[in-house]
Amino acid sequence: MEQHYQYLYEMLSQVQGFIYPNELDLQWGLLIVLYPYITGLVAGAFILASLERVFNVKVLKPTYELALLTALAFLLVATMPLVSHLGHPLRAYEILSTPHSTSAMAIFGFVYLWYLMVVLLLEIWFDYRRDMVIWARQEKGFKARIYKILTLGVNDISPKTVKWDDKIGYFITVVGIPSAFLLHGYVGFIFGSIKANPWWSTVMMPVIFLFSAMVSGIALVLFIYMAVSYIRKQKIDMKALDTIAKYLFYILILDFTLEGLDQIHRIYEAEESFEILSLLVHGPLFLTFFIFQIFLGTIIPLIVLGILQFYKPREFTRRVIYLVSSLLVLLGIFFMRWNVVIGGQLFSKSFYGFTDYKIRIAGSEGLLWSMAWIIIPFIILAFLLWLLPPWKKVPAEPA
Amino acid sequence: MPPQLKTLIPLFAIFIFLFLLGRYLLVPESFGEQGHYRFNSVAENKDLSLQYAGRDACAECHDDKALEMESDMHAGLSCEICHGPGMVHYDNPKAGQLIIPDQREHCGLCHATNLTRVDKIAQVDLADHNPDQKCIECHNPHLPWEIAE
Repeated sequence: MEQHYQYLYEMLSQVQGFIYPNELDLQWGLLIVLYPYITGLVAGAFILASLERVFNVKVLKPTYELALLTALAFLLVATMPLVSHLGHPLRAYEILSTPHSTSAMAIFGFVYLWYLMVVLLLEIWFDYRRDMVIWARQEKGFKARIYKILTLGVNDISPKTVKWDDKIGYFITVVGIPSAFLLHGYVGFIFGSIKANPWWSTVMMPVIFLFSAMVSGIALVLFIYMAVSYIRKQKIDMKALDTIAKYLFYILILDFTLEGLDQIHRIYEAEESFEILSLLVHGPLFLTFFIFQIFLGTIIPLIVLGILQFYKPREFTRRVIYLVSSLLVLLGIFFMRWNVVIGGQLFSKSFYGFTDYKIRIAGSEGLLWSMAWIIIPFIILAFLLWLLPPWKKVPAEPA
Repeated sequence: MPPQLKTLIPLFAIFIFLFLLGRYLLVPESFGEQGHYRFNSVAENKDLSLQYAGRDACAECHDDKALEMESDMHAGLSCEICHGPGMVHYDNPKAGQLIIPDQREHCGLCHATNLTRVDKIAQVDLADHNPDQKCIECHNPHLPWEIAE
């Protein structure tokens, strides 16, 4: 009998309460946390870029191209955590070749393809075409050849043609805004439509994902703009920085309100799953939900950025505050994704117990691999900034 | 038409054509015939040779063992659980010799202490229960409760 107890204790050390056997091990780990996180950064960065183009916030001009290139760098990597999670890269194309119309994930393949091919690549191409033609003439050797290929042979830079670049680029940005909403709203839909999981299944999920995407994307561009200016030893355009921070503040309010609304609704409804979800956020998710997501990632940036709307300290202090706030927001949104993905799998669907999740360091689902998928977009961005530097764009001649 | 579109429209047409061509080449034959799967896989699975013959096939020759089994706790188990797949042996008794496991660990696969089946299957602690003897020295696997003297 004694040995039976020993086995029992060994098993109980990994679970609390009652869980079904297939719930002991989490199917979706850190890589699946990264998927909505990276996709969100893309949508957010693009929406910031569209503020300048469509909503005519001219003060954001210094960050327009940077935001677009950031969106592209992260979009190229957005599906990679999924591919490495599934472990069959040679079969990944099947999501596009034999999609099932009832599979939410299969349709994401086309949403992604639309966004990459029709929105982002085209918008960047129209924005840079004139410059690429000029750079192809100025540069020599290999780089000139790359520019020549990238112009796709459209070398006409007469004012009339350049005006078309602007017009079509504007049109694509207008189409791009609903597309960016679709891209990230869709990621929220993938979770929100899982009716078996009470932590995920809410119609608010696409909207919450969308607004948190905007928050994280804007914070990322804010951070990258400051980092790139520091590396290039260029003076930061404080007006642009203040404006980005202002939008970050506004959208953070909306995001916080929506999430609060969702939670208040959940608390007031108090469905049968409420007790376990309450235990979940006060127990296994306490640190990541209350401390990282809400306190550090939302309340502190809200208070600090809110104060800056009324009181403007000197430039250096503001820069430090923006830097810290953007990093805190990025951390907070990461843990928002964590709380959704990991949190949704920690409690038993019997509503009577919890399992545990421990990150492995190495291996295909491990920490190192996940960190690689976070670092690679920055390397791609560095390459894109080398190839298409926004600061070397040739100003258009006055008409 | 602006020169950009003169280039981009044909390029997108080529891209869509390549996508459709790729899809045509990559989607396996018979996919979607009867549902969202490759229908030929049904015939391919059907054509695979059988590995297991089943209890009734064993009982055709080994009726004595089959009768023994029926009278004790192992009634209902398939012979091939312990002796391995027997189709080759069934087709040609001289060609495929089946395994006759006699190690303690083999019995332990079901009977070693395991909390999840303690009330379903008789459990023994292999380290404690006559550790130096083989199980089959005392227990006849076909009649497990007929314990040898």
